[in-house]
Amino acid sequence: MYVSRAARYLLAGFTALVLVVLYFPILYIARLSINKARSYAWPPQGFTLEWWRAAAHASGPRDALFRSLETALLASAIALVLGTLASFALTRHHFFGRNAVSFIAVLPIALPGIVTGIALNSGYHRVGINLSLFTLVVAHATFCIVIVYNNVAARLRRLSPSLEEASADLGADVFQTFGYITFPLMRSALLAGALLAFALSFDEIVVTTFTAGAGFETLPLWIFNNMFRPNNLPLVNVVATVVVVLSIIPVYLAQRLSDGAAGASGR
Amino acid sequence: MATTTIDPVNERGGFRRRISRVLYQRPRLRLALLLGGPLTWLVVAYLGSLVALLVTSLYHYQDDPTGLVQRLVTSPSATNYQRVLNTDVYRTVAFRTIGAALSVTVIDLLIALPVAFYMAKLARPWVRRALVVAVTMPLWAGYLVKGYAWRAMLDPAGGVLHEVFGHSPGFGVSGTVVTLSYLWLPYMVIPIYAGLERLPNSLLEASTDLGAKAGRTFVRIVLPQLRPSIVAGSIFTFALTLGDFYMAQIVGGTTQFIGNVVYREFSANLPFAAAYATLPILIMVVYLAGARSSGALEEL
Repeated sequence: MYVSRAARYLLAGFTALVLVVLYFPILYIARLSINKARSYAWPPQGFTLEWWRAAAHASGPRDALFRSLETALLASAIALVLGTLASFALTRHHFFGRNAVSFIAVLPIALPGIVTGIALNSGYHRVGINLSLFTLVVAHATFCIVIVYNNVAARLRRLSPSLEEASADLGADVFQTFGYITFPLMRSALLAGALLAFALSFDEIVVTTFTAGAGFETLPLWIFNNMFRPNNLPLVNVVATVVVVLSIIPVYLAQRLSDGAAGASGR
Repeated sequence: MATTTIDPVNERGGFRRRISRVLYQRPRLRLALLLGGPLTWLVVAYLGSLVALLVTSLYHYQDDPTGLVQRLVTSPSATNYQRVLNTDVYRTVAFRTIGAALSVTVIDLLIALPVAFYMAKLARPWVRRALVVAVTMPLWAGYLVKGYAWRAMLDPAGGVLHEVFGHSPGFGVSGTVVTLSYLWLPYMVIPIYAGLERLPNSLLEASTDLGAKAGRTFVRIVLPQLRPSIVAGSIFTFALTLGDFYMAQIVGGTTQFIGNVVYREFSANLPFAAAYATLPILIMVVYLAGARSSGALEEL
């Protein structure tokens, strides 16, 4: 369709403006982490690395970082296994209830986090399991399964079954076909799915609120618990910057690994 | 890897071979092995919990005859649901939340349409690829960090908005809607972009050839084709706003959403919290069922 020159420039300008708005808040916090003043008032004043030094020596953020990493690693490992199995089952087989299964897999992220959170909490309570790292990992893995599933299923759908049939015709057994043909072709999708699951878990706070044991503070929880204390704001700025960097890196890698926007709308 | 040789002598033997043959010959068994783990996990850990929550919502607390303590009554009753329906405050909070979810969805849609259109139909290929990455990345960069950033920006005392533009919505419902629209915008842009990219240019050219101006082509051709994409995007913006309670705490001042009430009642009166939390579930199940029939779930 014909779009006039003026309209083109208008749309380009609008898109650029939206990008500025998207990135400004994140960059602003990074800037505040090296701000001389303790408050977040505009404009920022001067530069200092004092807060980064202080954060490196503070035990609160460090403990929270390890807890977040621990949770995200375990949860994404579980999600990788379960999500991959599910994607093979759902893309390679047609069976009664197939749609229902994919519906159940989407539910943990389609329903509001608070519902997933208090449902799991009351589920644990009913069975008599106390909140701990275990309960948190189970909760995170539950909503990460669909991320891995989406990435791997997208790859499997594009993968021609004739490759595997050729392998079988040449005498390879099921395991050899998987090891020599299927796995190498989907390795990058597996990695992308796992990275996205890691990032999602690392950043999660709502479900975490209801499924982490008392005193088990992940990084997002630490930020929330400290952002209303004016004295701690400089540290919050540093920790917030670290969180952004640590969740952007795996996502960036995942983007490069997966094909285009396949993983983009995975959440 | 290309040099794997199959030994015809051992073709029939070998434990692995035998298992492989069984697996190959029985697709049902293969399916059961693949699906068993994930399905058990989802059904036991997740669906089980959801059912437990629904059952809990049928319990209620009742004053002990002494009037000093409250007693949990586990015989099912609709007491909590009646309380939700008959209490002004809970109705107001529910409508406020649904209103915020709709506002966020509409705001994001209005911003996402031109951006996605520019990305999919006007930008050069390399700009397009860069834009997809640029729009997607902030999604994963610290939900809470972004809330905190908006707290710093919205603050009427010294925040960027007030200092630079002379006006800030401040901490309240509008501040929360602004922040949530910001947070969920990429969820709307990406599916619409994907939908536009699939839309053949020839369709748009045909419309132009038949004499339609850009605006008419957009309304009559582009929008109807985009419906599943828009529904897919709105599932995210709507559902995420419906269940959010952190942003109301961070930038909402005293604003209460459904999530805030659920969070507050959660430790004091779990059955009531459970009943109130079914409200977003009901709304979303209806929404998802509608989305599924329009084929939008394939977009997720």
